[in-house]
Amino acid sequence: MAEERRQKHCSVVLPTESMKAMAESVGVGQLQEDSCVALSEEVSYRIKEIAQDALKFMHHGKRRKLTTSDIDNALKLKNVEPLYGFQSQEFIPFRFASGGGRELHFYEEKEVDLSDIINTPLPRVPLDVSLKAHWLSIEGMQPAIPENPPPATKEQQKAESTEPLKVVKPGQEEEGTIQGKSQGTTTPDGKGKEKGLIRLKPRSTHELSVEQQLYYKEITEACVGSCEAKRAEALQSIATDPGLYQMLPRFSTFISEGVRVNVVQNNLALLIYLMRMVKALMDNPTLYLEKYLHELIPAVVTCIVSKQLCLRPDVDNHWALRDFAARLMAQSCKTFSTTTNNIQSRITKTFTKSWLDDKTQWTTRYGCIAGLAELGSDVIKTLIIPRLAVEGARIKAVMEGPVVSNIDKIGAEHVQSLLLKHCASVIAKLRPQPDNVDQYRTDYGYLGPMLCSHVMKARTQAALQAQQVNRTTLTITQPRPTLSVSQSGLSGSSGPRTPSIIKVPSSLTLMSPRPGTPSQPSPPATKYIVMATSAGAASTQQVITLSSSQSASPVTSTVPSATSTLQPLVKLESGSGAGLTASRPLQKYIVVSLPSSASSSLETKSSVLPTSISSSSLDGGMKLERSESPGASTQSPH
Amino acid sequence: MAAVQGGMGDADIKTDIKTEPSADGFGNNNANDGRVLSASPGSTPVTPEDQQTLLAVLQFLKKNKLTESVEILRREAGLPENSLDPKANESAGAGSGGAAGIVDLEGGDASSLLSRVTGSSSAGAQAPTKGTVQSGSGRDQPDVSVVLSAYSQQGDPTLYKVYYRDLKKFIETVLDCHRAELSQVFYPLFVHMYLELVYNNHESEAKAFFEKFSGDQECYYEEDLRILSGLTKKEHMRGNETLLDFRTSKFVLRISRDSYQLLKRHLQERQNNQIWNIIQEHLYIDIFDGMPRSKSQIDAMSGSLAGEAKREANKTKVYYGLLKEPEIELPLDDEDEEAENEEGKPKKKKPKKDSVGSKSKKQDPNAPSQNRIPLPELKDSDKLDKIMYMKEATKRIRLGPDNLPSVCFYTFLNAYQGLTAVDLTDDSSLIAGGFADSTVRVWSVTPKKLRKVKSAADLNLIDKESDDVLERIMDEKTASESKIMYGHSGPVYGISFSPDRNYLLSSSEDGTVRLWSLLTFTCLVAYKGHNYPVWDTQFSPYGYYFVSGGHDRVARLWATDHYQPLRIFSGHLADITCTRFHPNSNYVATGSSDRTIRLWDVLSGNCVRIFTGHKGPIHSLAFSPNGKFLASGATDGRVLLWDIGHGLMVGELKGHTDTIYSLRFSRDGEILASGSMDNTVRLWDAMKAFDDLETDDFTAATGHIHLQDNSQELLLGTYTTKSTPVIHLHFTRRNLLLAAGVSQL
Repeated sequence: MAEERRQKHCSVVLPTESMKAMAESVGVGQLQEDSCVALSEEVSYRIKEIAQDALKFMHHGKRRKLTTSDIDNALKLKNVEPLYGFQSQEFIPFRFASGGGRELHFYEEKEVDLSDIINTPLPRVPLDVSLKAHWLSIEGMQPAIPENPPPATKEQQKAESTEPLKVVKPGQEEEGTIQGKSQGTTTPDGKGKEKGLIRLKPRSTHELSVEQQLYYKEITEACVGSCEAKRAEALQSIATDPGLYQMLPRFSTFISEGVRVNVVQNNLALLIYLMRMVKALMDNPTLYLEKYLHELIPAVVTCIVSKQLCLRPDVDNHWALRDFAARLMAQSCKTFSTTTNNIQSRITKTFTKSWLDDKTQWTTRYGCIAGLAELGSDVIKTLIIPRLAVEGARIKAVMEGPVVSNIDKIGAEHVQSLLLKHCASVIAKLRPQPDNVDQYRTDYGYLGPMLCSHVMKARTQAALQAQQVNRTTLTITQPRPTLSVSQSGLSGSSGPRTPSIIKVPSSLTLMSPRPGTPSQPSPPATKYIVMATSAGAASTQQVITLSSSQSASPVTSTVPSATSTLQPLVKLESGSGAGLTASRPLQKYIVVSLPSSASSSLETKSSVLPTSISSSSLDGGMKLERSESPGASTQSPH
Repeated sequence: MAAVQGGMGDADIKTDIKTEPSADGFGNNNANDGRVLSASPGSTPVTPEDQQTLLAVLQFLKKNKLTESVEILRREAGLPENSLDPKANESAGAGSGGAAGIVDLEGGDASSLLSRVTGSSSAGAQAPTKGTVQSGSGRDQPDVSVVLSAYSQQGDPTLYKVYYRDLKKFIETVLDCHRAELSQVFYPLFVHMYLELVYNNHESEAKAFFEKFSGDQECYYEEDLRILSGLTKKEHMRGNETLLDFRTSKFVLRISRDSYQLLKRHLQERQNNQIWNIIQEHLYIDIFDGMPRSKSQIDAMSGSLAGEAKREANKTKVYYGLLKEPEIELPLDDEDEEAENEEGKPKKKKPKKDSVGSKSKKQDPNAPSQNRIPLPELKDSDKLDKIMYMKEATKRIRLGPDNLPSVCFYTFLNAYQGLTAVDLTDDSSLIAGGFADSTVRVWSVTPKKLRKVKSAADLNLIDKESDDVLERIMDEKTASESKIMYGHSGPVYGISFSPDRNYLLSSSEDGTVRLWSLLTFTCLVAYKGHNYPVWDTQFSPYGYYFVSGGHDRVARLWATDHYQPLRIFSGHLADITCTRFHPNSNYVATGSSDRTIRLWDVLSGNCVRIFTGHKGPIHSLAFSPNGKFLASGATDGRVLLWDIGHGLMVGELKGHTDTIYSLRFSRDGEILASGSMDNTVRLWDAMKAFDDLETDDFTAATGHIHLQDNSQELLLGTYTTKSTPVIHLHFTRRNLLLAAGVSQL
């Protein structure tokens, strides 16, 4: 401790090199070493003084972060002119550069084209300061409302459930005290006493307040009621509200009992609603569900593999429910499976066992396969594909054999399409390219020919996607909350357009989006996707893609970047002057914003400007973001 | 800053002079010991010193061209004509001030004289002399050089380490009971030895010394050590405030007689003059008879920039009782009775009131007389407000450990962390915020909107005789929920409503305090006086007066109709960070970055209490409603409770992990609420904290206290916000707790 403190107190002095650099910057060429030392000591001392004063201003400003204005005020205190031009609220974007054995941090000041500023539409006026009141506590109790932090954090909930020694749960309490007492009496030694002295948490009654009871009633009614709008609201509440953990046991029981009853009654709609509740609970980031998995998992599994889930199995789409529940199951395996509870292996075992059983009905069979398939390609590879031939034979027996019940036939059809759907993509990766129908037939039996066509389809699709996937993708989270540009939900526009700009996929894949992702609604946090790709050896390009929520029009720009795409922020000039330039075509800095859904226009139209670039790609992105208007093609700032 | 420095010097003399006669045997003892050791010219110990003082005064007068005064004084003192002649003086000085052999030649004539005066006076360890010198040299530079020149006594720089290590070894080997007390010496010694080394240009030795021993110091001095560590050159010492604080004020230690004797004997045996000189010159050792204090007792009281408060400093009688409320005729009979009670509480609370001792009709013995300071007369509107207050008070919830208040939190949205100060009116109808962008904003938190008064032309048209003239003067068109007031040119750090809700005060980084009208929403006055940022300001509970304190280390008392301050309270060694009026308006409490709290008498302007014990700058203060206790919160995350009458710390509330920016007692004083940067509001059982006191302890002459660590029992509730530091707390008249803050998300 003392050592550390001493280290901290040791006066840190600026290096003399910085003195020299500063002297050079004001035109003093030769500075003697002695004067450098003297200067650096003096400067370090003054800087420390100012920093100490600035801290004062931070404290009185009731902040934790020192800002540039604090430094300004500290300078004013010393009758020194403040440093103008450092207005950043958050941080000063110092840039680092090295070269010639020197390392420099500098504050980059770009040249700004005034006409550019004039032409860009004004940003939104920031919201005015306003007051909002909420109850932090009501007679000593903190209400669980979104304005307050969740009453028990996930860690606390976890600690409660995983460390029962520290916190004795209601059921165990008596046991504990009895044990303590008996030990205290029978063994009068210190150890026994110590055990008896363990502080036991008073029995928690898990009583719900009146408000909570009302909430519970409303929510459960809305979840299984007939009004879809209400249900959506209720599910939204379950998925987002903090402080539901007290009601979690109730919800869990509600779901498990609900499933039990409705499976018997074959009430498909209710089962779907209950599964949606499970989904919502799992989506809530403040809940620690581990304690209630013993109730939830059986309910979910029931919805996957139950023989009958609806009154008219031939008409009703109970398959969708099985698919949905299977996905839920896979999700909970992913999040909750640990080496101690082994959820995934136990679930896998369960599914496999009932699938292997010959007497299993088609519905259950479908559920088992769906459940396994959702667990990932590894499971498909090891468990499903080896059994394709057997399963094919069984399907064949139903499809082509003597007429059995219509239900069986439908079931077999569904199993067949399910198998084809899941296995095709996996097989496409496993098997070498030439897809031979006969080969498939020998390998997979009845399903072989169909699989073969599916695999071929999968391959062409994969090839298409590969061009999308293998772009170097860098995601930059939005720096300021006011600039809200969110990614569009239209996947169609981004699909076919990209190959036109980016021809050769780069090997530097930082993040490859899964094929399905664009179609899903993106999270509220806005992301800029900066894509860099090296188009052959001749030119290196970088692409910034930005899509705005309203227009769904991607804004794309190409800027030249250094040969090392990993550090596109540093020294653009040096990259261009690396000798390759001569053979290379003009450096391009293209800013194009597309009209929405006009995906093909980009190939032909892109404004090209020769530029001398000193700005980083990130800055380009920031600029671009201002031109939100769809369809307007904006020139680069340079 | 120069003036400030001088002013501080003045205050020091005052206290010093006051304490000197009352300092019984010890003080003299001290001085005698000093003389023995420093081998001062023992023949006539008093006369030369007096002469030196006179010389210094004469020098000052002459410098300021007060020739007549010079003549008069010289005649009175019977000094020879040439006594002010530097050369003649030199010989005289050499004769009289034997110990001060070194003459600082760079300082010129004036400073050479002064430095010598300082030298000799320090040898004699006579505070008044030095004080005079400091105040005498009103300018900054001579002052600094005088202050610093005392360091010019040269010792072998390499021996400093040995001396210090020696003492350390000695203190480590003494009996346990003395060790804690004697360890207090380490920090001031360390600092002064380091500064001496730096002053004498032994840079590398100083650095080595610092590195070797800085780790031994108590952790609460870390801030100061960090500042010291940066100070490595003699040139840095000029204008460094921390250093000046150290030099201009003596570090006060409280040590039992036994321990002190032990230390003295050791130093005498070792002939360790270097250390003994420092102790004599820069330390004030307050010796008491009785048991040495324990480590925890010492730790509770230490931590301030200049050591503990002298016992004498807290001996003055403080009238902490409340003023009698004027009797107001209430429209209803049942409320008439309550009007006689000071706070208009229902009858069931009577027993408690008696214990507080301020509620009965007869004057509370601890209360100041009604007209001790002139207070503004009550207006009709004030009486109406009082009646409203009493009506509300009857509906007040009686709080306690089983009956906690509800907390309503006001979050400022879209403030981008620019909120720097908040205040609420007493009736909780308005909330005001001061912002880093220099604006002051007022919101109405009731459905009643804020309206301006009509323009002068429109006002002429109004029938002045009508009953609702007050309503008619308001301009309906201007009604809105909030108003913005522009005027400051820097962040607004302090804000306070007047009790009658007609005015608002704000203090800012630009050095002004501004008075705003809440009828026209314009600035009425800018009070200029602090030339540096004003950190806090507050209205007196009776209006009219207000206090402000800031970076210039003085607190000023103003009246709204005077553009100059009525009182200047100087004495703090660092920024004044917060100011509070006592409920009876006769006293002002100020908290400071020097980690002390001072209580000032508004009537005399004297400092009547110094509370030490915080380990960081104090950012919040609150008086209990009965005026008996003070609570303070600091950056160290602790709340300390003080008994004003006895001048002692009576409690420590630990729990917060960051700066406490707001403290407030509930209306009846049962609950103390604290709001902090750590995003929590905590409620403490104030009744229990004060009831548990063993008042016997107070009568003990030693004046130390045994604090039991019962923070956990006293903590009634902790309410966490969502990343929102709590910067203001307020109890409504019905005891609902309002909190305010701005989200850091």
